[in-house]
Amino acid sequence: MSGSRDPTSDEQRRTTSAPAVKANLDRRRFLVGTAAAGIGSVAAGVLHDGELGAPPQTFRGAVPWSEGTADAPPGASGSGYLFFAAAEALFIEAAVARLIPNDEVGPGAVEAGVPFFLDRQLAGRFGQGDHYFLGGPWPKGTPEQGYQSRFNPAQLYRAAIAAIAKYVGASFNGVAFAQLPTEEQDTVLKGLESGEIKLEDGVDSKTFFGMLLQNTKEGYFSDPIYGGNKDMAAWKMIGFPGAHYDYKEWVTRHGERVPFAPVGFKGRPGWTQGGT
Amino acid sequence: MTTTLKPVDAVLVGFGWTGAIMGQQLCDAGLSVVALERGPWRDTATDFATGFAQDELRYMWRHHLFQNVTYDTLTIRNNTNQQALPIRHLGAFLLGTGVGSGGVHWNGQIFRFLPSDFVTRSHNEQRYGKKAVSDYDLTVQDWGVTYDELEPHYDAFDKLCGTSGKAGNLNGKIQPGGNPFEGPRSSEFPTPPMIQTYAPALFGQAAAELGRHPFPNPTGNLSEAYTNPLGAQLGACTYCGFCEKFGCGNYSKASPQTTVLPYLMTKPNFTLKTECEVLRVEMTADRKRATGVTYVNSAGEEFFQPAEIVILSAYVLQNVRLMLLSGIGKPYDPATGEGVVGKNYAYQTMSGVNVFFDDKILNPFIGAGALATVIDDFNGDNFDHSGLGFIGGAYIAGMVTGGRPIEMIYTPEGTPDWGMAWKHAAAKNYLRSFAIVVHGSCMSHRGNYLDLDPTYQDVHGRPMLRMTFDFTENEHKMSRFLTDRAAEVARAMNPREIKVNQRKGSFSVVPYQTTHNTGGAIMGATPKDSVVNKYLQVWDVPNVFSMGSGAFPQNAGYNPTGTVAALTYHAAHEIITRYLKNPGPLVQT
Repeated sequence: MSGSRDPTSDEQRRTTSAPAVKANLDRRRFLVGTAAAGIGSVAAGVLHDGELGAPPQTFRGAVPWSEGTADAPPGASGSGYLFFAAAEALFIEAAVARLIPNDEVGPGAVEAGVPFFLDRQLAGRFGQGDHYFLGGPWPKGTPEQGYQSRFNPAQLYRAAIAAIAKYVGASFNGVAFAQLPTEEQDTVLKGLESGEIKLEDGVDSKTFFGMLLQNTKEGYFSDPIYGGNKDMAAWKMIGFPGAHYDYKEWVTRHGERVPFAPVGFKGRPGWTQGGT
Repeated sequence: MTTTLKPVDAVLVGFGWTGAIMGQQLCDAGLSVVALERGPWRDTATDFATGFAQDELRYMWRHHLFQNVTYDTLTIRNNTNQQALPIRHLGAFLLGTGVGSGGVHWNGQIFRFLPSDFVTRSHNEQRYGKKAVSDYDLTVQDWGVTYDELEPHYDAFDKLCGTSGKAGNLNGKIQPGGNPFEGPRSSEFPTPPMIQTYAPALFGQAAAELGRHPFPNPTGNLSEAYTNPLGAQLGACTYCGFCEKFGCGNYSKASPQTTVLPYLMTKPNFTLKTECEVLRVEMTADRKRATGVTYVNSAGEEFFQPAEIVILSAYVLQNVRLMLLSGIGKPYDPATGEGVVGKNYAYQTMSGVNVFFDDKILNPFIGAGALATVIDDFNGDNFDHSGLGFIGGAYIAGMVTGGRPIEMIYTPEGTPDWGMAWKHAAAKNYLRSFAIVVHGSCMSHRGNYLDLDPTYQDVHGRPMLRMTFDFTENEHKMSRFLTDRAAEVARAMNPREIKVNQRKGSFSVVPYQTTHNTGGAIMGATPKDSVVNKYLQVWDVPNVFSMGSGAFPQNAGYNPTGTVAALTYHAAHEIITRYLKNPGPLVQT
C-alpha cells in the first residue's frame, strides 16, 4: 500500500475505510487466486470492474498501488460440462463441428475444445448477461438496433437449443440434429443464419445463430486459458504467434515469416511439466 | 439523505483525458479540485500488466474495460418515426469507464483538424456557394475558434504525449515526409515517426505512385522513450498489436495514466473519488449559476459537493445527458430547429478496402494502434468538391493496428462466414491480407440529435439518453467517393484481389465502427446556435464548462482526441488567466 487512500475522506468516515479497502483487495486477490486455481468464470458473487458494488474510494497524494492485486483473467478449468445438459451438448458439438470442420489444414471447433469453452462461458458471467442491458420493455427492434432479446446469453442458448430440437424433430421425422447427415445439418444452420427457419418460444433464429457463430470463433481463437484453442492449434493454422510481447526486431524485416511458435498466457507446451 | 461536503474550487465530473488535463491545469493554478469518476481506479501494473494485457476475448469481446451497460446504456433509433430501443450490448462504439476511461483503450491517433475544418460553413459557402452547406438539411456551422488559436494547445498535447510523427508544415513551410495538407505546426513532433511495417509501407509506395502524398500517422504509441514536461516517462512501443480496446502494459501508449497521473496524483490540492456517479448539476433558483453537483457512490450514499466551478469532463454522451437532466440550456427540438442542447449529434463515416496477396507475408500481428501510412489528399477541403455533391472527406490509411484473430481475419469476396471454405480462407489469407481504412467526416443534420428517452431508465431511475441518428445523403456520397479512392490505392499495390467494403444503409449499432461520437453540446459564436462559447463555457451558466467532442458542431475526417485535448487546454488557459480574476461570461453576448 502506498498509503494514498485517504482515511479521513468523507465517504470513508461514513462507511469505515478499512472494510472498503479490504473488500477491494479481497476481490482482486480472489480473482488472482481463482485464475491460478482455475475455477474463475463460474464463481458467483465476485465483484468486477465496471460493476456496481465495488467500494467507493478516495485517492490523494500518490498513485496508489497494492501488492498482489493484479486483475488476472478468469480462466476456465475442470472437465466435463457444467452448463450443457447431455442432449444440449450433443447439439452444440454437432453444430460447431459444421461451423468449423476438422481437416488436415487445421483443427475443427470440436478438436479445438470449443464446446467446453462455450460451456464455461455460459456457466459464467457472460452467460448471466454481464455487460448486457436486459431491462424492459422489449418490443421487437429493427436490425440496426441490435440485440433486443429479454434473454441473457445462457437463457438464449437453452431456449434456442430446445426450439431447434423441436423444429428438427418436426421436420426430420423425429431425428435429432446430431444424427442428421452433415448436408442436412448445414441446411438447418443456413436456415437459422438467414432467419428462414422460424423458431418457437420467443427465439429469434438469426440472433441465436449470430451469437453461436461469434462465440464459436471466440473459443477457437482466444487464449487457451478460456478452454478452447487447444494446443494453440488455431493460432498455428493461421500463423498468429499469440500473446507475444515484443516484435521490435521484426518491424523492418518485411515479408519474412516470424518463426515463433505461439505462446499463451500460461506459456507454451514444453515450458511446463506435462507439456500442457 | 444527502450529505453536504466541504466546498471546493472546482469539481470534475468524469476522469478521462479531459478531466486529467483540466485537473492538472487547475491544480497548478492553485485551485482545490475534486474529481468524481463513476468507474473504478485503474493503473498499468494492476489492470493491464503485460502478462495478461493481450487478451482479445476479455477486453474486446467481453468488454472488460468498457462501460457496463447492465446499469446504464442509451437508446437508439435512426429517425423520429421509430421507437428508440436500448443498446443492450455495445457494438458500434465502445464507451469507456473508470480512471483514464477511453484514454486507456484508445488507439493513440493524435491528429489535428484542418484550419478549414473550423470554418465548415463559411469556408464551403465561400468556395462552393450557399447550397453546398444547406443541401440535405445540413446544420453545419463554424466553431467560433480557429486553428491558429488552438495551435499552441495542440502543441501542448503533443508534448504531453510525446507524439511520434513527422511535421508536414512547420510554421508555414512544407516539409518533406510529413502531411503537406496539415495546418502549420509551431514545432516538430516530440519523437520521430514509428517504423512502418510491410503493409503500410506497400500502401505508401502505391499511393506515391498515384501522385498522392503519403505520410506516417501521428501516434501516441511512442517510437522511442520520452519524458514529458510533467516528468512522466513513456517507453518505446514493442508493436504487440494490442492497443485499441486494450490497456498498454508497456507504458508506451499515451494515456492519462502514463502522462498526467504520476504528476497530478501527488498534488496536495487534488482529490480523486472513484465509484462516484454524478446524478445532476445543482443550480441556483434563477438557473444562472451552478452550486455544485450531487453524486451517489457505489455504497448507495448520496453527497452534495459544492463547487465554484463545475467541469463536465465525462464522455460527450454523459455531458449532454447531465445538462438535460440538470436543466442547463434549452433542449433542441428537431421539429422547429429551436434549442441547442442535443443539437448536431454526429459520428464518423467509416468504410474500407481489404487487400489480399499471394506472394507477400504481411505479419499483421506486428502492429500498433496508430501504426499507419496515411494520405490526406481527399480529406476536408484538401480537394475540389465542385460537382461532387457533398462536403467533407476522409483520410485513407494503410493501417495495421494488430492481427487479433477473432476480430481481424479478412476473407475474399464471396467467402462464407463459416464452414470448411471459411476455415481454409482464414488459414490462407491471415498473414497475407490487411485493411485500408477510410476514416470519413460526418456533417451535422437537422434530424440527428440527442435528448432524454421517455421510456427507459438507468439503475438510478434517471431517463437514459436517446440518440436519433442516421447517415445522410452527404455522407453516403462522400463515403462512396472516398472508398473508390482507397480502392485505387489498393489496386496499385498489385494484390491478388481486393474486397471493397462500402458503407451501406442506415447506421447500425451492431458492427464496431468507431467511438467518435460528437456534438450535442456544440460550440459557436452566439448562444442562439450553440451551448458553449469558444472556451467551452456554457452560455447560460457561466460557471459550468463542458469538455470533449460534444463541442464539435460537426465531425471532421480525423480522430477527435487531439482536438478534444486542444480545446481543453484552450479552456483551461482562459479559466486561469481571465475567469478566476473575474468570474463571469468570457465572451460577451
